[in-house]
Amino acid sequence: MYVIQAAAVRGRCAGCLMAQSGRRDAPELPDFSLLKRLARDQLIYLLEQQHEVDKLYKVELKPIVSTADQLCFLIRPRIQTVKWISDVVNLDKAAGRLRRYKIIFTPQKFYACEAVLEEQGVFGDVTCDEWAFYLLPLDDDIISLELPEFFRENFLEGDQRWVGAAGGALRLIHSLYGPFSKVYGIGQCAKMVYESWREQVEDGEQKTQQPEIGNVFLIDRDVDFITPLCSQVVYEGLVDDIFRIKCGSVEFGPEVTSSDKSIKVMLNSQDKVFNEIRNEHFSNVFGFLSQKARNLQTAYDKRRGMDIQQMKAFVSEELKGLKQEHRLLSLHIGASECIMKKKTKQDFQELLKTEHSLLEGFEVRECVSFIEEHINRQISMIDSLRLLCLLSLTENGLLPKDYRSLKAQYLQSYGIEHLLTFSNLKQMGLLVEQQPGETLTVMESKVGKLVNDKTAGKLTDAFSSLAKKSNFRALSKRLVLIPKSGEEYDLRVPRDMAYIFSGAYVPLSCKLIEQVLERDGWTGLEEITRMLNGHEFAVSGGANGTESRIKADSQRIVLVMFLGGCTYSEISALRFLGRERGYKFIVVTTAITNSGRLLEALLDNHP
Amino acid sequence: KRVSVVLFCQTGVYYGSKLELRAKPEDDEYWNSSKFSAFTFDDEDDEFTKMKESKRAVNSILVDDDDDDDDVEKVSWSGEPIGSISWSVKETASSFRSSGEQSFPKIDTAPSLPKQGSGYSLSSLFKAFTDTSTRAYAPELRKPKSECKDYMSDWSPEETVRRMRKGRAYSLERFRSLQDKLLLLDEAVSLHDGNVITAVLIYLKRSLSKEILFRELMVREVALRHYVHYLKEMGEQKLLLMQYKEHLNIKDEGRRRDFLKSCLSLPFSQDDAMHVQDHYTLLERQIIIEANDKRGEAEIFRKYPRKASILNMPLITTLYYSCFYHYGEPEGTFSSPANIRKTFRISEKQYILTALGARAKLKSWFDVDSLFNTKNWLGYTKKRSPIGFHRVVDILQKNNAPAQVLQEYVNLIDDPELRLSLAQKYKCHDIVIDTYKDLKDRQQLIVYQGKVERGSHEDRKIEELINNMQIRWKN
Repeated sequence: MYVIQAAAVRGRCAGCLMAQSGRRDAPELPDFSLLKRLARDQLIYLLEQQHEVDKLYKVELKPIVSTADQLCFLIRPRIQTVKWISDVVNLDKAAGRLRRYKIIFTPQKFYACEAVLEEQGVFGDVTCDEWAFYLLPLDDDIISLELPEFFRENFLEGDQRWVGAAGGALRLIHSLYGPFSKVYGIGQCAKMVYESWREQVEDGEQKTQQPEIGNVFLIDRDVDFITPLCSQVVYEGLVDDIFRIKCGSVEFGPEVTSSDKSIKVMLNSQDKVFNEIRNEHFSNVFGFLSQKARNLQTAYDKRRGMDIQQMKAFVSEELKGLKQEHRLLSLHIGASECIMKKKTKQDFQELLKTEHSLLEGFEVRECVSFIEEHINRQISMIDSLRLLCLLSLTENGLLPKDYRSLKAQYLQSYGIEHLLTFSNLKQMGLLVEQQPGETLTVMESKVGKLVNDKTAGKLTDAFSSLAKKSNFRALSKRLVLIPKSGEEYDLRVPRDMAYIFSGAYVPLSCKLIEQVLERDGWTGLEEITRMLNGHEFAVSGGANGTESRIKADSQRIVLVMFLGGCTYSEISALRFLGRERGYKFIVVTTAITNSGRLLEALLDNHP
Repeated sequence: KRVSVVLFCQTGVYYGSKLELRAKPEDDEYWNSSKFSAFTFDDEDDEFTKMKESKRAVNSILVDDDDDDDDVEKVSWSGEPIGSISWSVKETASSFRSSGEQSFPKIDTAPSLPKQGSGYSLSSLFKAFTDTSTRAYAPELRKPKSECKDYMSDWSPEETVRRMRKGRAYSLERFRSLQDKLLLLDEAVSLHDGNVITAVLIYLKRSLSKEILFRELMVREVALRHYVHYLKEMGEQKLLLMQYKEHLNIKDEGRRRDFLKSCLSLPFSQDDAMHVQDHYTLLERQIIIEANDKRGEAEIFRKYPRKASILNMPLITTLYYSCFYHYGEPEGTFSSPANIRKTFRISEKQYILTALGARAKLKSWFDVDSLFNTKNWLGYTKKRSPIGFHRVVDILQKNNAPAQVLQEYVNLIDDPELRLSLAQKYKCHDIVIDTYKDLKDRQQLIVYQGKVERGSHEDRKIEELINNMQIRWKN
């Protein structure tokens, strides 16, 4: 459970923090800075064609005030934005102003966007380019496609417009760091991305080079919705939940910096303080930070009794580093305090207790009334929705009477326009009503009866009607996602990936990855994949004699691609798994997500 | 010649950061020194040479005509041949054309189970559009593509969609028969490229009647979903919930109300119809209340001026408002809590919570008291609550209730453990002492004595109790 024990870990923390070096033979990660250079160079090239960039503006869908005779727009391929640009052009035309216009779409343009230009009669007045910027390395082991819209457009709208982009991203990585030897995957989108990648590779050229990345795992976000909906309690995840990390950078406001200005900080492995706490359960963070502060004090104290020469050396060699560390340390201490304050205020303890009970399937009625009261008191709209979804996902849907009553109360508390939100959630299978007579307990008794009736056919019928359900309980039992309760779980010495949720739950997504890598495929997991609605695959590259050349190291570098986003907690879990099993994981994701972003993408309460 | 570049930054930091940093030069060093810094557009020497390098690279790509048959790039859909610099990095590897040997196998991507539909399935939504039968008129089209290889001159549907995917020149003009059009669509769908699917759909939309297009889309789920999404983005889709959603675009409350009224006749499910009805009724009420309260003549408005208008607020916010400004009005008035509670079928629990919050905010402890008072048949008053009293205490405490009020409600908490912990938290000594006495826990009482002020009333009370031999202590 979630306890802050700053005092208890004092002194031990430096040793008990998970070994940063990992296993002696852990392979090195490939260098992804090349990706960034490529993308940057192309953008510079594109802009260079424009000569003398005068000013950069942010697109705000407002009229443009500029005397320049050329306008250049760098945009996402969205119809709404293109419509706005068409209006700008048409306004200029009406006013008799002559300008040249250029749109640079990133990462690619869509036919629908050009169709808008055509319809608005500005095709030809506007020229188009593409900035093929697919992959942004956020850190040594995280690459983001920065496509948050992927999630809603693919899973809710059923629009496959980004499949090609994901396939293209994979192709780029393959051509630079491949060839891959194995590709595993689960999910319908994963399959399509695999196919798109495969066809693009076939169309293009192939290379023989030393592979740096051996294995690839593709996973759809809808295979596991539970994990991203849980409250994050690992430091990096908490920072994301509370301050929202954007493109690997966070803005700490005055309440953190304890001054009147905000500070933007890059959060990655270059920040030595952050690097040591990012994967830690929050209860360990205070102890670590205070130890670090004491060490720093000692280092500063060395100055005393120095002679001039020593002092000179100290100032030129150590002082800068110490100051940098000092700055980072005070920022992270400020952030931790702020997190504590906010979490205490919102009764975080009780919220976590409810989440854990839901995961465990324990005292579900109490959870329902907790959620109801949460809604009644108009506490955080997103948290209420998150709890409702967790309830639905873990219980295979809400009882019809609960569904009706909680939905009605939700609409009363947060606005009736959320009708659309509920319809979206239902379509995604995130918040549904149990079909009458299909609750698990009813099913179980049915099955019990049928065994006596010797009607095996009916048995499978009964089961197949459960096929579309989340089946969380059964999955959790089979994969042992919930550690036995009552056992002491020492968060300072994590024994499995459950530590990222205070020892209460092993993330389903990461557990699947672990199992598939361990078994080198899906063999033995048939029951599991059936409950996950199938769409699993495991394929190996052709036997064209490359195997002998495959470096053993590359086989232990696993690229995991999350289609629809992944959370920092999942990344922490994979890092832990990597250290335990001697893998190095590289996470490629369409975007970094968390419960807030995931649900906000599905809200429809605004025009 | 000057150029303005307008950036659309959806991922704020990325492009935005640099702009901000220009204003704050002291941060530059940190940003630029970081390995993961944002892009810079500075033309420092280093950047400049790199840029030159890449320019050379790009130029070489442009000359290197990697297209197969023709100089289509000139007439390409893509406008200008920028080429993709990206993916022809040749520094690390020698490259050769694929020998045609399939290195990774093809997998079956056919969906096995349709997605769980929302209450309104897509095809049912389309009934609003068209009443024509949903029979597929060209079912034979779904045959394998090999059978339709033999086309007159130009590109086959398969070739066409593949060219489209790569952004090469293509032409849809020749797909004129319904059969050809649908073959093209099915081919696009089998490619799993939403961009191409939508492009084909735009062509079909322009060249087919609505009725025929919908009829065919009904049996093509993937294409249908793309089409619906495209219409949504174009702002052309007006289906049921989307139609209802339109109200969010109407600023004027009178017109919004009338619009909601017109929504009442839409074929919603039974539950949703009730919610939409509530929405209409609520806005109607809010307009009436707002018209009266805007003037703010009553005493309470002067004492606690309104921070915002009540229009378009959720129901519970409206109830809270009504409990705050219109408490005690007779049930007949639209603005009274009783009337709102009844009209919108608000549960007792919800009502008590909201009223409690509002009255506690006003520090009307008398009203708070009477919320929980019930008389039994003998006429005794007893306190009863549909929400736990610990929750009541929590809300009172957050509204800075005085110790005496707090104590009264702490005392009403049933569970002794919970009562003890809250009593200790809010320093209700008498309750702590009485609870330990009830639990016959002498030891804890002695411990607690250490926490109260020496010689105080509490201290003496504990002293008295622990010396009381009449009590059967459990320890």
